Amino acid sequence: MRQLTDTEIRTRIAKKVAELLPDGGFVNLGVGIPTQAVNYLSPAKKLYIQTENGMLGVGPAPKTEADIVPNLINASRQPITETPGCCYFDSATSFAMIRSGRMDATVIGAIQVSERGDLANWALPGKGVLGPGGAMDLVVGVKDVIVATQHVANNGKHKLVENCTVPITGLEVVNTLVTEFAVFKFINKEMILVEHSSDVTLDDIKAMTSAKYTVANDVKAWEVD
Amino acid sequence: MAKILSPEEAVKLISSDSSIMIGGFGNIGNPKKMIDLIADTELKNLTIIANDLGTPNVGLGRLVRNRQIKQAIGSYFTYNTEAAELYFEGKLNLKMMPQGTFAESIRAGGCGIGGFYTRVGVGSDVTEGAETKEINGRKYVFVEPLKADFAILRARKADRLGNLVYERTARNFNPIMATAAKFTIVEVDEIVEPGTLSPEEIVTPFIYVDVIVPVGRGE
Repeated sequence: MRQLTDTEIRTRIAKKVAELLPDGGFVNLGVGIPTQAVNYLSPAKKLYIQTENGMLGVGPAPKTEADIVPNLINASRQPITETPGCCYFDSATSFAMIRSGRMDATVIGAIQVSERGDLANWALPGKGVLGPGGAMDLVVGVKDVIVATQHVANNGKHKLVENCTVPITGLEVVNTLVTEFAVFKFINKEMILVEHSSDVTLDDIKAMTSAKYTVANDVKAWEVD
Repeated sequence: MAKILSPEEAVKLISSDSSIMIGGFGNIGNPKKMIDLIADTELKNLTIIANDLGTPNVGLGRLVRNRQIKQAIGSYFTYNTEAAELYFEGKLNLKMMPQGTFAESIRAGGCGIGGFYTRVGVGSDVTEGAETKEINGRKYVFVEPLKADFAILRARKADRLGNLVYERTARNFNPIMATAAKFTIVEVDEIVEPGTLSPEEIVTPFIYVDVIVPVGRGE
């Protein structure tokens, strides 16, 4: 198992997430890798992207400076564009559609995920993060909460843990967990390994995962470079 | 019918120690001119209810730098690193709420509802101490409504009555805040005659608007 570069890690996760997003689905994407996933969607797949600052039908980032549209940003404050049929609404309406279970998937990052599917993703003590933004609302309301994260932190600390030790975003909220080496599903509070990359063995995964999980009978290996 | 005032006249209506809702998300859809004018006054001890506090010395960041804020209530202050420093030094009181809970508490404040129960934030620090209730076997927390003395907002256009339309994602918190304050001041790109806006396109009905402040497009 060779060391992957940061770009390789991000690309791998983004590709895998793109595969998991439902065709025709209403999807909300967090900052970073989640937004990158859109670049790897198969051309046949159509998503309706929602941004919690009040738009459904988000289009790609403007290609040139001249394409920038006034007063049009996503929740990461990046300029975006419109798609035919897109619509705008206020923040209360936006979170009403999020909380009420109408959104099919959300993709967000993680600091830690516990073996029961608890998610900690908004605050590292003393790190200057002030406020959860929309993450707590998304993880409670959206049908498939997909966490996209590096398997182990850069400092070597495990991110897939028995219990979260940093502030919680939501309890038992994660449905799918994607890392550069593995895909886990959480079903009935149980963490199950369903896929792993072809460059790691089941023992490799075990060694970098403190959370207790079971291995699916039909666990698959996906081919990577 | 709403009063039409200059930004300079409108800012004189605001007093120290008041609570003020400010529209906007990431410096989009915020009343930039009015914020700048407040920053130029001696107004202090303000409770600011806004999603974020802008960026250092920009937008609401100016009120942070001037230390005019007693408490800020919102959902994501991270973009303002100065606010973070003041907070960790114990010099700025911040109340952080999940964004949807923040929005809904403003909505509740504006529609005569005495609060609501939500599953959002259960088990997290931000709902610590909140009353809880089990509904259909799941745990919910109670959230009180949010109201304010003033709402200072931004819209694309107003008619002379005070009906408002917004532009794209600059709508964000503005329509709900318009309903939740005792006195609502709206900065607009332009003012048109009643009947010019289609009744179907009006987002904020004029009953909610007290003062319109024309500032010009992009200002």
